[in-house]
Amino acid sequence: MSKTGTFSIIGKPRRRVDGVDKVTGRTRFADDIILPRMLHCKLLRSHVPHARITSVDVSRAERYPGVKLVLTGKDFPNEYGILPVSQDEQPLCREKVRFVGDPVAAVVARDEFAAEQALDLIRVEYEPLGTISDSVGALNNPAARLHDYSEEGNIHKRLSYEFGNVEESLANSAHVFEDIFFFEGNTHLPLEQHAAVGMAEAEGRVTLWSSTQCPHYVQRAVAKALDLPMAHIRVIATPNGGGFGGKTDPFNHEIVVVKAAMMLGRPVKICLNREEVFYCHRGRHPVLMKFRTGVDENGALTGMHLQTLLDGGAYGSYGVASTFYTAVLQPVTYHLPRYAFDACRMFTNKPPCGPKRGHGTVQPRFGQEVQLDKIAEKLKIDPAEFRLNIVEKPGALTANYLKIGSIGLEECIRTVVERSGWKDKYRKLPPGKGVGLACSSYLTGAGNSIYWNAMPHSGVQLKLDRSGRVTVFCGATEVGQGSDDMLVATIAEILGIDPLDIRCVTGDTDLTPVDLGSYSSRVTLMMGNAAIQAAERARELIAQAVAQKFAADVASIVFTDGRVCNSGRPEQVLSFQQAVVCAEEIYGSLGTTGSYTPPPPPGKYKGGGVGPSPAYSYTAAVVEVEVDAASGWLSVTKVWIAHDLGRTMNPVLARGQVEGSVYMGLGEALMEESAFRRLPARLSAALVHRQPSMLEYKSPTSMDMPEVITDLIEQPDDNGPFGAKEAGQGPLLPVIPALANAVYDAVGVRIDEVPITAEKIQRALDDKARGGAGRVGPDRFPDIEWPEPYRVPPPWEGGDGNAVNKPQRKRAAKMHRMDEFKQVTAS
Amino acid sequence: MMRLPRFHYYRPRDIHEAAQVLAGEDNAMVIAGGTDLLPNMKRRQQTPGTLVTLRHLDTLKRITNGAGLSIGAGVTLTALVQDRGVKSAYRGLWQAAAQVATPHLRNMGTVGGNICLDTRCNYYDQNHEWRKAIDFCMKKDGDICWVSTGSKTCLATSSTDTAPALISLRAEVELVSANGSRTVPLQDLYRDDGIHYLTRRKDEILTNIVLPHASGTRSVYWKLRRRGSFDFPVLSVAAALEFDDHDIITDAQIVLGAVASQPVVCAAVNDFLRGRRLSDEVIEEAATACIKAAKPVKNTDFATHWRKRAIGYIAGYALRELRGDDMRAARQKIAHQSLS
Repeated sequence: MSKTGTFSIIGKPRRRVDGVDKVTGRTRFADDIILPRMLHCKLLRSHVPHARITSVDVSRAERYPGVKLVLTGKDFPNEYGILPVSQDEQPLCREKVRFVGDPVAAVVARDEFAAEQALDLIRVEYEPLGTISDSVGALNNPAARLHDYSEEGNIHKRLSYEFGNVEESLANSAHVFEDIFFFEGNTHLPLEQHAAVGMAEAEGRVTLWSSTQCPHYVQRAVAKALDLPMAHIRVIATPNGGGFGGKTDPFNHEIVVVKAAMMLGRPVKICLNREEVFYCHRGRHPVLMKFRTGVDENGALTGMHLQTLLDGGAYGSYGVASTFYTAVLQPVTYHLPRYAFDACRMFTNKPPCGPKRGHGTVQPRFGQEVQLDKIAEKLKIDPAEFRLNIVEKPGALTANYLKIGSIGLEECIRTVVERSGWKDKYRKLPPGKGVGLACSSYLTGAGNSIYWNAMPHSGVQLKLDRSGRVTVFCGATEVGQGSDDMLVATIAEILGIDPLDIRCVTGDTDLTPVDLGSYSSRVTLMMGNAAIQAAERARELIAQAVAQKFAADVASIVFTDGRVCNSGRPEQVLSFQQAVVCAEEIYGSLGTTGSYTPPPPPGKYKGGGVGPSPAYSYTAAVVEVEVDAASGWLSVTKVWIAHDLGRTMNPVLARGQVEGSVYMGLGEALMEESAFRRLPARLSAALVHRQPSMLEYKSPTSMDMPEVITDLIEQPDDNGPFGAKEAGQGPLLPVIPALANAVYDAVGVRIDEVPITAEKIQRALDDKARGGAGRVGPDRFPDIEWPEPYRVPPPWEGGDGNAVNKPQRKRAAKMHRMDEFKQVTAS
Repeated sequence: MMRLPRFHYYRPRDIHEAAQVLAGEDNAMVIAGGTDLLPNMKRRQQTPGTLVTLRHLDTLKRITNGAGLSIGAGVTLTALVQDRGVKSAYRGLWQAAAQVATPHLRNMGTVGGNICLDTRCNYYDQNHEWRKAIDFCMKKDGDICWVSTGSKTCLATSSTDTAPALISLRAEVELVSANGSRTVPLQDLYRDDGIHYLTRRKDEILTNIVLPHASGTRSVYWKLRRRGSFDFPVLSVAAALEFDDHDIITDAQIVLGAVASQPVVCAAVNDFLRGRRLSDEVIEEAATACIKAAKPVKNTDFATHWRKRAIGYIAGYALRELRGDDMRAARQKIAHQSLS
């Protein structure tokens, strides 16, 4: 970077550093790993949705030719889980199975076929238990309890917060809008199926290769599950063929292959099939939600009360965080003087839900943006103008104590309005055609780790030597999003060298400093800041040495185009390699480190740690649709999207992320459903995933993708590397409500649930033709006994970020926290 | 990944040797492209002890002109789509073949395989573990039809794209066995039973499809599915009409796909159309009558009631295209491709 603030690498379109390897097949994914004497593992999964395991007989499987080992729940005494408060998973189920797909036993054999054949020989006896298929059913049936540690019945977690007296605000508002929405669950559908290889090493050490987004968290979970010191476990994250949040949990199959490899002294591999990936899940929670929003006569929001009910599936996963995320980011987009939310997550007998791209925020964003469309219509304000009037201000501290930096939302809205010809289209297109607009914001990295600690969130180490080659080490994980490219670009920019002269070593817990992983859109910002620090330290060392050689002032040493020179005397110039030699002569072997810790959250109330982020990205989208008024058949004809990413690091990748988000958002809006099937109750208690396959779980193909016009808006944030914010998740959010709003503009019906299908549109049209409201969606939010809310006055009502009351909470998860604490301090 | 069960693989010298092997083995099946069979074997829906491959037999890969058109059963769907004669004279067949699955699957899959495609059902097209979780169904390993628990027969859906188009074009198929060969109208190859959906005997091999001369016949194929690629039909309409010089219909053959366990010939609609011109009213009445001919059940994508109503719209599109209306915009919306 030159002193004038212009960049030589950052912002320039470049081929990503791992691109050629990916398209030529050189990239080694986890399933490409083949080791000498390697064995293969398959898991026997429960075919019943909820049952007590009364016996497991593996004797016949053990005798099957080629079988080396059969493991069951007895071999794994310890629970694990991603969150310290939800240590509720077992590598293989011991006492109970909780959904169809829960693993009960593992067979390790000389090949996958033998392992699969032997699975059939394992006899498991089950005593069936009552089955819960959705969140309302879970509320109504507390007796069929999945977990003893839930708050009560099948209520996993309830949250309740009040930032100012919302009821008072609503009572004094010119209008109060009440709307109920439902967002069906869906899954990540990465092309690469999860795979892992465990390999025992000498002296009780072990290596695990896995298609994981979070090697550090996997290392912790393996240590806990198998009572191993973390120092003896090496986790290598292989490049992921897509993750989208589906590979951020530690998984049972990872722990099983580590255990098996250590018992057998041979490498053990597992590669899940597509059905099993659906059972790993951790995808989008089905969420029922109710918005009550007050508006004054000028269209300003006066207050909002949001209630959400999440269908969590069978385990905790990231669920407590997901529950917070269904509510905490609402005040980041538009100014809310007062805000209250209640959120509740239920356990059900289905694969566990967790974080999918936009983690927990996608569902309430859909609800809020559709409600805003309804409000704008009622107030007779253009939806774009309406939003422009209420956009939150840069630098704001929200009602729930989230500190915002830069906000490019106004520019995003103006851009999509201009580019789409919004003013000539909205309410003006011929019948059957329509446009809809929606906005969103998203975090650039969670402000807190999933386990409490005061250490950095990302670390970067640089090694430089006389070859001129720079090697950068970082725990960050390439999941296809381009994190390796961000790392290399950042170092190359600071040192003024060609990205190809940098090798990056990432996602290896033995070799690389800890980075928490590729989740919550944190990598570019956190790893980037750590990389800048490491690179600036290296630049400083080299500059000192070169200044000494040239007898020049350090401040006049410039790094650019692979050269290091004295800006005062152009003839004094060294190649970067010569400059490194200079520094190595003076300082000996060269290495620097950098690290990044996010700023402390301003909210000091309990729970105030979920939501804070170093920076927030902003997006606006316009979707144009055509709807057949007879059949309801829906075609998306074009999408305009503008995303404020602070600073574009590599426009090729940034556009890829934005357009990939549009694609994924359209899939969720139009067709994707993690739907489940029950059979007639008198005949069967089955509860199965309706379509666990790539063919029948409908996700758009390239043929179904409309034209997308993408604009990258740059409002640099002080906390971002070169001002950069995230681009990988936020752009998904506005696409879904914009589509719903476009359907309303086209044919005048409201589909208040996702996905928005032809049959629902037809049903709403029929309803409208009969004189009904022309709406399809949920009518009722169930009665839930909410706990006393934490009352935190907003900053402008004299609040200091603390709650003014001390609500009593159940302490069910305490024991797990203690276990976690012991484990962390022991290792 | 899911692994194939063990099987013997037999590579016959010619079709007669293939027929001999089939006659001699109880549990043998033929394989051509394998795009339907191999996934089914991985899911243990079919577990043949012997697979007799037809893939290398050049005699099955020919498209020849004569009185009409003869298409070898081993012609890949891609080859069929690339054949200019098919595209110009048998447009409905071309449109059907072009919409089967994906380009990759069309490169492997054959027209004979598509004609013999196993019937499909959401309760059946699942792996063994999933089917175990519902205690199986009558089509494989179980006793009950979960689509309609009172049903005595399996309700799995005929999901072939090419068969409705071929039946509308009055195709005949040749079946070869060790005892000789026979030719039957393609329509007679099917019956409305999700398990025994073909009248083909186990020892017979479908070798050839024969189409009559197509001069004067206009044909189209409209397929409804969620996405522009990959998906099997949830409804399809194949229509072939002949007109006299005054645009009066002299022969009509409308066939619905994916609404029963076999392609459904809409005989009453065909009778109604003969002697009429394709006015808006006639199209409306014919399309509505098509709905009556179909009994879709709840075992594919989309809600059944919606699929049933959609038959009317799609049949209307098909007839309007045959009338010569410009249907490109509607095509683009439904098929996500122009098919022109």
